Amino acid sequence: MLLDVLTGFIQELRAAGVPVSMVEAIDATEALRFTDLAARAAFKATLETTLVKNVRHLEAFDTAFEVYFAHHRPEPESSGEKPVPGASQQMPGQSDRPGAGGDADLDELLEALFQALLSDDLAGIRALVRRAVDEFAGIEPGRPVGGTYYLYRTLRRLGIEGLLERLLESEEGRAQSDLEERLIREEYEERIEQLREEIRDEIRRRLVADRGREAVAKTLRKPLLEDVDLMHASRGDLAQIEQIINPLTRKLAARLAHKRRLRRSGRLDFRRTMRRSLATGGVPIDPQFRVPHPIKPEIFMLCDISGSMATFARFTLQFMYAMSSQFSKVRSFAFIDALDEVTSYLEVGTDFPHALDRISTEAEVVWVDGHSDYGRSLDQFWERFGGSLTRRSTVILTGDARNNYRDVNSTILPKLVEVSRAVYWLNPEPEAYWDTGDSVMGAYSRHCTGAYEVRNLRQLEAFVEQIALPPVGRVARPVPHEPGPGRFWRR
Amino acid sequence: MITFAAPGDVKVALDEAKYLADDRIAQVVYLAERLGKPVLIEGPAGVGKTELAKALAVVHERRLIRLQCYEGLDESKALYEWNYKKQLLRIQADQGSDWSELEDDIFSEDYLLTRPLLEAITTDEPVVLLIDEIDRVEVETEALLLEVLSEFQVSIPELGTMRAKSQPLVLLTSNNTRELSEALKRRCLFLHIGYPTVEREKAILLARVEGVTEHLAEQVARIVRSVRSFDLKKPPSVSESIDWARTLIALGVAEVEASDVIDTLHVLLKYQTDIERVAKDLEV
Repeated sequence: MLLDVLTGFIQELRAAGVPVSMVEAIDATEALRFTDLAARAAFKATLETTLVKNVRHLEAFDTAFEVYFAHHRPEPESSGEKPVPGASQQMPGQSDRPGAGGDADLDELLEALFQALLSDDLAGIRALVRRAVDEFAGIEPGRPVGGTYYLYRTLRRLGIEGLLERLLESEEGRAQSDLEERLIREEYEERIEQLREEIRDEIRRRLVADRGREAVAKTLRKPLLEDVDLMHASRGDLAQIEQIINPLTRKLAARLAHKRRLRRSGRLDFRRTMRRSLATGGVPIDPQFRVPHPIKPEIFMLCDISGSMATFARFTLQFMYAMSSQFSKVRSFAFIDALDEVTSYLEVGTDFPHALDRISTEAEVVWVDGHSDYGRSLDQFWERFGGSLTRRSTVILTGDARNNYRDVNSTILPKLVEVSRAVYWLNPEPEAYWDTGDSVMGAYSRHCTGAYEVRNLRQLEAFVEQIALPPVGRVARPVPHEPGPGRFWRR
Repeated sequence: MITFAAPGDVKVALDEAKYLADDRIAQVVYLAERLGKPVLIEGPAGVGKTELAKALAVVHERRLIRLQCYEGLDESKALYEWNYKKQLLRIQADQGSDWSELEDDIFSEDYLLTRPLLEAITTDEPVVLLIDEIDRVEVETEALLLEVLSEFQVSIPELGTMRAKSQPLVLLTSNNTRELSEALKRRCLFLHIGYPTVEREKAILLARVEGVTEHLAEQVARIVRSVRSFDLKKPPSVSESIDWARTLIALGVAEVEASDVIDTLHVLLKYQTDIERVAKDLEV
């Protein structure tokens, strides 16, 4: 029985995008032998540790777990009467339960809830939440609406903000100092948030009982963070994405540094080799090489920050910001229909939201009407900064190449490619949309060293891996500096 | 090898070693010992990933062998290396003798320098092996670990396969600066340690900081939690809140006021912008 649920659960994880291999599924089953199945926390920990191997997948795991292994709590009265079908005829939350005193009931419930919240009594809160959902959510069996609809209904009837105010005004909420007051406020807010979660869970449980696990899990499925479309990411997603960008740029930096080290070591250092050979009786067994001069990569990032790119631009600017903390030589430029250097705004130690503000107010990126003009911006870049490009410079352009039917000015890019090491274009639009409407991607991508569709983090990571990794064949292990005698003699 | 009968025992034992584990950590450690699998621990810096390994070594009264990873770590530093100077001496001392005999001789265990990974599986007493900051090595080097982690053996071309005399308890830590390979993750149990709840942090402070009062520990834990809710470059970790509690005690603070927090923020936060942001908010 458990095994059936477990396979269903693993299926669901896979459907949500969490990669669970066969081996891991077997591990989980094996591990369950050593788990106290009655202890929910232990059971969850066992599944989590064997099935999820990435922090970013924990949220998807939690959601699926809640659906598949909901608390089995005794449901005191509701199972007995089940008045819910009758309520379905009426639209609003108020049902026609027998003896429903309406407001009197609500008041009594709210008072009990208030007391429970004040003493942080979880069991009490849960019992009350069950009652609240019974009375106010008005769940209609079979109706294919999401849980949020019922959640909203319950919350509105309870007037959850009012509860917070009451908590703060209560005797316990009074504080001697500002600091204390602030801490108490945050703690109450957290409790209210917890209450909201409890209500959501309860509703979810009802839905599962009504429609079955698979159906509910399906409605709750969200794209994993790395698959969220950056053009249309929500505020919450963006905040989480921003936390990932830092490690990503560190990775890029590490890769580029590593690549530099992987290159053939410098020329033979004759003096040091001879000196070393004294230890081995004059046989130069241990050749020494000069340390090669590290080449510092210079990165020029050009970023379209026009309105159509708003969300993506925030993301690319964040990327630039993170890059500048990793590479000593990153110069950042922003443009709409004019181009301006924004390196100084994104300096290390500045605060990102503040930097964003300054870029949008101080940088001169608008010339006429604030619609993207790639031709003019590129031209400006070439005129003003083309001189600083060298063979060590990598140029990264980000934008949708939607030029509003203006002059493409396709002569600039070949010049850029000629003087720099590489020119990459990252386009947040699906490749199928390139060159449709006013997109002039083709005219540019033809000249670039590489043009990539970067719509989500996964693709950005792929790009980072690709440009940072040396081409195949060069990935060989570092040239051994000390060929041990084992290898030396046993040719 | 197995010393615990239930996850609860793990927790109690770790408590005694002054490591306060929650149910999840205890369960994972328990499973790791039962299944004989390595544990990959991830989480922000300073939440006690390395501490857990140290505490486990104390609990089991085992030696802790630590392999600190860094970029450029290779097999001669992680697994084994031939002591070629000694080999060279041997050859010179024995000139004229039969080569094939000599060859067998110089590729024997006497001429092998064991490095942490090989050492961990060849000692007679089982040990706790800590592979710290695994995310710092390159993907190619990671592959070196796979054989040790899943089979507990090391293959040396000249010698054959060295099998484990004792099975070590293996813990790997990662700060998540890069994605580890699927192959490695598949072989490990995964444990993410985040910031503790207020109650747990308070308990940690009481266990770790000498002379801290119940009241102060609670205040510190609550304030730190509040500071973490800011959008910071580097939120304070557990080790920083311990440092902070010690600082407050050294300053003789019994009741933390907003001004005390502002004066000592530099202990809690490591970036000037972070300090300014929190200080500004607290002053209002």
